[in-house]
Amino acid sequence: MKARVHITLRNGVLDPQGKAIHNALGALGFDGVREVRQGKVIDLDLADTDETGARARIERMCEKLLANTTIENYAIELC
Amino acid sequence: MKAAIVLFPGTNREIDMKDALERAGAATEMVWHGDAEAPPCDLIVLPGGFSHGDYLRCGAMAAHSPVMRDVVARARAGAPVLGVCNGFQMLIETGLLPGALLRNAGLNFVCRDVHLRLENRRLPLTGALAEGDVIRVPVAHGDGNYFADDETLRRLEGEGRIVFRYVAGPDETEERANPNGSAAGVAGVVNDAGNVLGMMPHPEDATGPRQQSRDAAPLFDGLVEALS
Repeated sequence: MKARVHITLRNGVLDPQGKAIHNALGALGFDGVREVRQGKVIDLDLADTDETGARARIERMCEKLLANTTIENYAIELC
Repeated sequence: MKAAIVLFPGTNREIDMKDALERAGAATEMVWHGDAEAPPCDLIVLPGGFSHGDYLRCGAMAAHSPVMRDVVARARAGAPVLGVCNGFQMLIETGLLPGALLRNAGLNFVCRDVHLRLENRRLPLTGALAEGDVIRVPVAHGDGNYFADDETLRRLEGEGRIVFRYVAGPDETEERANPNGSAAGVAGVVNDAGNVLGMMPHPEDATGPRQQSRDAAPLFDGLVEALS
């Protein structure tokens, strides 16, 4: 089973990289971009066959390592 | 007084730390991160560097190294632990210290001297300085932008747990004082029990004869005295 984990910065957490990308887009003439926030995508290839079990396991992975929940949110997509 | 200095793949400030501790009279021992436990000692030090290439998040992988289970257990039982730079990032990732360290606000890797004001002298590491004393020490990091939610910041402030704060030195603008955009100018914090201290600047690099400042030498002298 394949899974994709989306990690994004929580609201209110400053994102200097997103800001730099925003500025660069402006410099390239892309107007009307209100905000840019940068995140991460982590793809997992799992031996799991049970979706519920896999989701619970990935949640534990996110809580323990993949995300820092002080500053980041995560969303799990099973595919 | 004996200090154990933990080495991770990518650690690069361990010799500076060893020199600073030994100059102050401590014995030191290096410990590999893959070891099951740290040796008996009076202080555990997590030095600076780029453990595991800073992959995922700085300090994230190192926080789960085998030896860290022992370090965290001993820290929770009251053993003195000092984390500098990457070591501070690890302490945050283990949950021993609150908050997070984000990419520097200016996106630059900042490598220069900064000025720190001591805000809490009731700790072994800081007892040799007077509260309000300003010392000049170097920073060298890309991810030292301290973040914590407002409630956590208020709590840290109220409990005297913001130990070091970036301040303007002589002829320095307020804007330049804070090298990374840290909330409330936080450069170092301590846990609620007062035995785990993390800081981004490198006090070990302001203690020796060939270093630009020796302002941090009293910190190490005080630390060795307090833990001997």
